[in-house]
Amino acid sequence: MAKDELSEFHLVGTRPLRPDGLDKVTGRARYGADVSMPGMLWGAVVRSPHAHARIVRIDASKAEALPGVKAVVTRADFPEGLTGENWNLQENTMAGERALYDGHAVAAVAATSALRAQEAARLIEVEYEVLPHVIDVDDAIRPDAPVIREGAADATVPEGSPPNVARYIEFGHGDTEAGFAKADLVRARSYKTEATHQGYIEPHACLGQLGADGKGEMWVCTQGQWFIRQMCSSVLGLEAAQLRVTPSEIGGGFGGKTTIFMEPLSLALSRKAGGRPVKIVMTRSEVLRATGPTASASMDVKIGMTKDGMITAADAEFRMQGGAFPGAPVDMALYCAFAPYKLPASRHVGYDVLANRPKCAAYRAPGSPMGAFAVESLIDEMCRELGLDPLDVRLKNAVKEGDRASYGPTFGSIGLVETLEAVKSHPNLELPLGPNQGRGIASGYWFNHSGETSVSLAISEDGTVQVSVGTPDIGGSRASIALMTAETLGIAYEDVRVNVVETGALGVNEPTHGSRATFASGKAAVIAARRAIAEMCRRAAAEWGIDAEAVEWANGAAQPAGPNAGKFPPMGIEEIAAKMGSTGGPISGHHESVPEGVGASFGCHVVDVEVDPETGRTTILRYLVVQDAGRAIHPSYVEGQFQGGAAQGIGWALNEAYVYGQDGRLQNAVFLDYRVPVASDLPMIDTQIVEVPNPGHPFGVRGVGETGITPPLPAIANAIEAAAGVRMRSLPMSPPKVLAAIKAAREG
Amino acid sequence: MVTVNLWSSLERFTGGQTAVEIEAETVAGVLDGLKAAYPGLAPILDTGVSVVIDGEVATGRHASVADAGEVFLMQRMKGG
Amino acid sequence: MSKIHVTTTVNGDEVEFLADPRESLLDCLRDHLGLTGSKEGCGTGDCGACSVTLDGTLVCSCLVLGVEAEGRRVATIEGMAEGNALHPLQRKFLEHAALQCGFCTPGILVAAKALLEKNPDPTETEVRYWLAGNLCRCTGYDKIIRAVLDAAAEMRQEAA
Repeated sequence: MAKDELSEFHLVGTRPLRPDGLDKVTGRARYGADVSMPGMLWGAVVRSPHAHARIVRIDASKAEALPGVKAVVTRADFPEGLTGENWNLQENTMAGERALYDGHAVAAVAATSALRAQEAARLIEVEYEVLPHVIDVDDAIRPDAPVIREGAADATVPEGSPPNVARYIEFGHGDTEAGFAKADLVRARSYKTEATHQGYIEPHACLGQLGADGKGEMWVCTQGQWFIRQMCSSVLGLEAAQLRVTPSEIGGGFGGKTTIFMEPLSLALSRKAGGRPVKIVMTRSEVLRATGPTASASMDVKIGMTKDGMITAADAEFRMQGGAFPGAPVDMALYCAFAPYKLPASRHVGYDVLANRPKCAAYRAPGSPMGAFAVESLIDEMCRELGLDPLDVRLKNAVKEGDRASYGPTFGSIGLVETLEAVKSHPNLELPLGPNQGRGIASGYWFNHSGETSVSLAISEDGTVQVSVGTPDIGGSRASIALMTAETLGIAYEDVRVNVVETGALGVNEPTHGSRATFASGKAAVIAARRAIAEMCRRAAAEWGIDAEAVEWANGAAQPAGPNAGKFPPMGIEEIAAKMGSTGGPISGHHESVPEGVGASFGCHVVDVEVDPETGRTTILRYLVVQDAGRAIHPSYVEGQFQGGAAQGIGWALNEAYVYGQDGRLQNAVFLDYRVPVASDLPMIDTQIVEVPNPGHPFGVRGVGETGITPPLPAIANAIEAAAGVRMRSLPMSPPKVLAAIKAAREG
Repeated sequence: MVTVNLWSSLERFTGGQTAVEIEAETVAGVLDGLKAAYPGLAPILDTGVSVVIDGEVATGRHASVADAGEVFLMQRMKGG
Repeated sequence: MSKIHVTTTVNGDEVEFLADPRESLLDCLRDHLGLTGSKEGCGTGDCGACSVTLDGTLVCSCLVLGVEAEGRRVATIEGMAEGNALHPLQRKFLEHAALQCGFCTPGILVAAKALLEKNPDPTETEVRYWLAGNLCRCTGYDKIIRAVLDAAAEMRQEAA
């Protein structure tokens, strides 16, 4: 009997210790920078101090003369002729004719020690011709803005668009003008969000080796070892299968470690240094200046609402810059912005704009937080004006299964209404608030993602089980995959070992991104386990001399399926495993696919804040995350995703932002100035897991990693208005900005 | 025939239509049929799009659209 | 630049290494002694991933020069468990699922241990302020704070 037909589970939903926990509390776990190799060199990168400059000349002669320096590489060491995203990746890895942002790599050097490599990097002379630059998205979209790259616009961009528009999207349905005409209240507002960084505590680090024969290896902290392999191979012109990429333990990623930065440089340096391995570890300043921040956004939203709270029409125009390359998630932002609402009519317009900033990378629900900040803020403002309860309005307009999504398709099974109902009955909503305190709520959405997945499971000689997965474990996915595997096989959690393996050990896997690890690798592990079960049933049937169809699997053992199959005592996995060498050889199960049936996840957050009217400082008093997890395999790590997403959203809302000077240089490239939330900034973060099972997963899993970062931005803006009577429409809502708004309101 | 819903800014390649009829059995057939009927769409489709069949992002070119209730073309979805 | 011979005690063992005078204690621990449990998250003393104690005082080892360890006592995450017996903080971090990626974990454990040695009965607020120099980007701190408070309670019970 398939386990998904059972209503009760033995293991799913329990909270065992994570299998990699002991290594991680004792300092034994090996992360990107923790491994060294015989003959190893250290790499250092020379970066542009200018936001936009032509590279006139690079002279590395002084560096090359320094004892211990073994290789210097520039763009001249990379193959030519790349196109599309491969060219973008190569250009971002190492600048070609022009440096496109402060921090853009222009040269790299390998030497016998880290200090020697840094000395050598300082001796590489680069002559620049500084060019005009543009940083802000609204400046970058002007027709007369400095042009980042001629011909960057793709086929979606209408002729006559401003020169830095790289992509354009418009979609919608219904008659918005008629919709606005039916509304009792129509409001149009503009919003801005600044770029933020994923802020993983582990800086990028890799140890790459590449021989003259084109064979290479890499140890690297990444969310996706196959992405590293494919991208490095493309950028350097290598054959993918000749490069073996082993993922280290990963010290956080949040989307920022799904792409390449300095990894190809270590390989290029290694090849030039006679194949000696080269280790490159970024500094925090390099991480902030040159690796994936998220996009910044400027957004106009217009909503029509009846006096009883029904939304009649919506219109949104979003402009986002994602650095000097196309790829700002403006499409995702628009898709998610109104996803929680059933819209009779809508129009969405988006511009992906180039600016002199680092190439944006994915960051937890890419685009969704910005769109939600605009839309959820405006809905709250309109509820306030109409005297309506914002939660009731959200329930009234909530999408359900069978409703058309704001972005077009019809929703399958979703749990928004259940999520909102759970919020409504949560005790936090009854707690009293004092002076200068306010409560805000907001919803959030993420599609979730499936992606290429390959899992291999093998039965050991003693009946214990190893599972090889290709999705690095960022937040407990080994535990959840072991739980699902053990549940399927009917064995103990401790008898399953889940290994995150290198690229040579499995077929292609997409990274741990899109909230997919527990969904996709978990689903593949369950199917692989079922295949192993089928084989074990065949082995038992052969021993018993009966048809394989007459054998079923229960509680970790093969047993006759009914009285007609014959009377045999159950044959346990240990017994089958012990004999497998003489009954046909190794027993394993594999599954490779792009798993179908990914389930979307809605969330709703409630925050209580206190705003100090004298300083403008916002204190988070209380925080509640309610989100649909489909089924929580390991509830502690589901809660952890909820809490971590909320904390990142709180940072984005209140403090975090890229600050640029007039010269286009990033001014806050250290953690002291790029202020992520610290322990004393936050209260406990309450969670409630809603479970509306996803029919597309054997245990009902919906990915939970991303949705949680989305609601905090608007929820906190809404709470600040409730507390201080000011409506903040640009992020971050830092004390000076809130104080200025309070003063303006007093004087107004 | 399957009705393919496009995002509206693609209408300048389809003579103003945002829903077009394509003779196709599979996702691949939809994409090839769109390119044949509206060559201006080719570079956009080749960059990568998601085909959403009855609310589900299709997992491959061979996914069937024969019994699809609705088919939407969207920008390629990914995640962080 | 010629290197300096340093003799120091790490986790109770006497060790020697040759340090470039520009190298931090963190560099020396990681690159000369192979003790990679202490992590570099920032190199500027803002993230606490490199937390160790020096003669019992909690420090960011990225802000201490390797040569300053001469004749001192250094304690790192590698010395926190006694053999296979985990420190109560380590056990409680596992039980409370107080780590996701685990990169900040060694520094937070070292810092929390230093707190509980000074103050065996801290309030939640005291724990939050003590750990304010240890960044965690994954957890939102909730489960970390609970684990520290729970470990403190258990250690008080054992001491009683």
